[in-house]
Amino acid sequence: MINKISHNKKNFKNDSSISVSLDNVSIKYGNSVAVKNVFCDIKKNQVTSFIGPSGCGKSTVIRAINRMNDLIEGCELSGSVIFEGTDIYAKDIDPVEVRRRIGMVFQQPNPFPKSIYENIAFGARVNGFTGNMDQLVEESLIKAAVWDECKDKLNESGYSLSGGQQQRLCIARTIAIEPDVILMDEPCSALDPLSTLKVEETIHELKRNFTIIIVTHNMQQANRVSDYTAFFNTEKDGKDPGGKVGFLVEFSKTKNMFNSPKQKSTQDYISGKFG
Amino acid sequence: MLLQVDKATTSKFLLRRRTTSEKLVDISFKNFVVTMASMVAIILFSIFAVVYYESTESISRYGLRFLFSSAWNPVTDEYGAFTAIYGTLFTSIASLLIAIPLGVGTAIFITENIIPKYIRDLIGIMVELLAAIPSVVLGLWAVFIMEPFIRPFLNMVHEIFGFIPFFGTEPLGAGMMPAILILVVMILPIITSISKDSLNQVPSNLRQAAYGIGATRWTTIFKVIIPAAISGITGGVLLALGRAMGETMAVTMIIGNSNNFSWSIFAPSYTISSMLANQFGEADGSQVSSLMYAALILMILTLMVNVFAQWIVKKLSLKYQ
Amino acid sequence: MDYNSKKALTYNPSLTRNIGNKALTIISALFAIISVLPLILVISYVLIKGGSYINFETLILEPEPPGDDLLSAGGIGPAITGTFIMTFIASIISIPVGVGGGIYLAEYSKSGRFAKFVRFGSNVLAGVPSIIAGVFIYAIIVSTKILFGSMFSGIAGGISLSILMLPTIIKTTDEALKLVPDNLRKAALGIGASKFTMICNVTLPAAFSSISTGIILGLARAAGETAPLIFTALFSRYYITSFDDLFYEMGSLSVLIYNFALEPYESQNQLAWAASFILVVILLSLNILSRWINRLDAFSKNKV
Repeated sequence: MINKISHNKKNFKNDSSISVSLDNVSIKYGNSVAVKNVFCDIKKNQVTSFIGPSGCGKSTVIRAINRMNDLIEGCELSGSVIFEGTDIYAKDIDPVEVRRRIGMVFQQPNPFPKSIYENIAFGARVNGFTGNMDQLVEESLIKAAVWDECKDKLNESGYSLSGGQQQRLCIARTIAIEPDVILMDEPCSALDPLSTLKVEETIHELKRNFTIIIVTHNMQQANRVSDYTAFFNTEKDGKDPGGKVGFLVEFSKTKNMFNSPKQKSTQDYISGKFG
Repeated sequence: MLLQVDKATTSKFLLRRRTTSEKLVDISFKNFVVTMASMVAIILFSIFAVVYYESTESISRYGLRFLFSSAWNPVTDEYGAFTAIYGTLFTSIASLLIAIPLGVGTAIFITENIIPKYIRDLIGIMVELLAAIPSVVLGLWAVFIMEPFIRPFLNMVHEIFGFIPFFGTEPLGAGMMPAILILVVMILPIITSISKDSLNQVPSNLRQAAYGIGATRWTTIFKVIIPAAISGITGGVLLALGRAMGETMAVTMIIGNSNNFSWSIFAPSYTISSMLANQFGEADGSQVSSLMYAALILMILTLMVNVFAQWIVKKLSLKYQ
Repeated sequence: MDYNSKKALTYNPSLTRNIGNKALTIISALFAIISVLPLILVISYVLIKGGSYINFETLILEPEPPGDDLLSAGGIGPAITGTFIMTFIASIISIPVGVGGGIYLAEYSKSGRFAKFVRFGSNVLAGVPSIIAGVFIYAIIVSTKILFGSMFSGIAGGISLSILMLPTIIKTTDEALKLVPDNLRKAALGIGASKFTMICNVTLPAAFSSISTGIILGLARAAGETAPLIFTALFSRYYITSFDDLFYEMGSLSVLIYNFALEPYESQNQLAWAASFILVVILLSLNILSRWINRLDAFSKNKV
């Protein structure tokens, strides 16, 4: 195990194509282990999707990448999450700065109770944006493919949009702060199929400029949007008879995983036998 | 290390790296709110500490004897709080016994669909507005309007039942009975509004289940609705008891402020809070210490009631989940 | 009974259960009427009797010493300003402490041991009788002459009122912030806002109307309180004319009512009624204002 870690680190330093590297990450909520021993290197400017049955810890892992888990009391992480050469769980790291570099889009669309314009400008201002704000708002909304639908009502409340539009507004808000990585935690689970399609198109567009990690329970979606796929599964917790622990089963190119999975459980999952 | 790999866009985002001043504001704000939260604890502790410290002289002099003696004589310097303690407990419990049926009954009436909703809402708002009227105004009303009005009725009771010690003295104005009635007016809004809230929280499928098996309205209320809301109602009743024990102004104005013990509810009496209101301003020396001792007793009584209220709400509501 | 006939399903008023039902319904209606009666009686007496003594002179004159002049007792002007000043002092102390403490409870430590204790403590503090707050301030401020040698003072009165406002404000702030959806917090932190920015720009504005409702109700409670003032601020018949006067005895509507209601002179009693009118009008408007803010807020939330 120790060899593996050092190997991993060395490997990482030489490889500038890697954005985020999960290095033996285990996460506990209080006494119960949610997910354990995750090793995973996420490539720059690619879309990586996390799939797996519910309770396998995929959302927990994605939240660990920009330290959103700090908000949950009793949540502990061991191992390290390395972002561009820095362990973001080191003592002197400020989680707020991490989140400025690694943005996040959540499961439920969550616009601020402000105007559409302010929703985007607020984040930029928090990050000390000095350029032309009108231009930034327009560009971000165009990139998130929601500009046409809201260009005439920028001063209306963010809640005046439909669910799918709200979610793309939230994506625009994240793009506006120009993070290096965008995390998306089941961004389409609250949306109708048409909106889902639009968000997926948006993700395709964004790939050129951003590293994207997306959690999804929809295998077709993973197949459509992502370049790499990580499959998580659960197993019985050895210590806690009722509990389940998530772990990473397989991580490879999406094409390979869906055509020729290496593990039996991956095969079962993507062919719909369980989950 | 993070800086070196920053994109060219960094120039547009001056605060991509947080400035020291931004961090400082963040940390000082946290320290500020922690301090403010601690103030509650500090105030609570210092109230207990100060009242205890000020009463040590009287505590060491009288000990528990203070609770059972009704001597209160600044000239001979002899003090005992029995009349005031008895008055506090008697007035608050008696008023509670009157207010519980009234308050809970009103709460049921305005949560059931007996009459149109807007009238029920109006009644609810009016009862809550009653809570907004200051104690001293109720006292004024009690002295000039209520007491003269009820005196003939009290007199009648005295003439018929005068052989019972509770009604043994002639009602001559201020006394325990008017104080009890004004306390009823003061605690009624608490019991009503808390009971109303707990009754409203009873899930409607419980009610439907009862109606579905052919129960009448009042069977449903007594057997299903009230048991489900009992934790909230009990909590409200206990809060009202705490409030009645500590209530000062209206009681002080109407209870007659006499330290002579009497069984009769028509005779003037004292409560701890009215004794404090009446004597504290002019007291000195060991009288202050004795008043502080009485204040300490009042605090302990209300504290016990309030803690018990919080405990019972938690306990009973857990049972129902 | 013949279940097949239609009669079996018609309402039979002589059935025991129907009589009992009707009786209980009538009793509960009776109780509701009895509960509303005091409000109607008190309000109408205060508004009619008190209102009849209100005129321009009553509102601005200083009260005369009881018994000096049996025909005119002066006015309640200094008591009105005194009530406003002391309530203001109470709010500049209790609003920052209460809102700050509430922010700590809701945003920084939802279920920590200290937060639990503070919540418990503010519940206990809410149950502390108001007269005890007066006794406490008397012991630490008035009798020690800690405020530049002054004893009874408007400032001491204001501080004792702030103790009574504090639990209401801390509790409503805590509860209002807890109702703000966590999604908004995540949204703010997700774009790199610091906790301070998040609270000031997102959660506090979202909870603003509920918090202001709590503050208004706290103000209303403080403005009507008498017990903590009778031996901290005492009473004064004079207007304050300078800042220094804050360190001397100060009159208030509520203490004026208490003092003058127990005077044997008719004209003083009338002043007490007039003061009750003003006090009740102020408190009822504050209450209605807080309801109005709440309703406005619910309305605007439904709209977006």
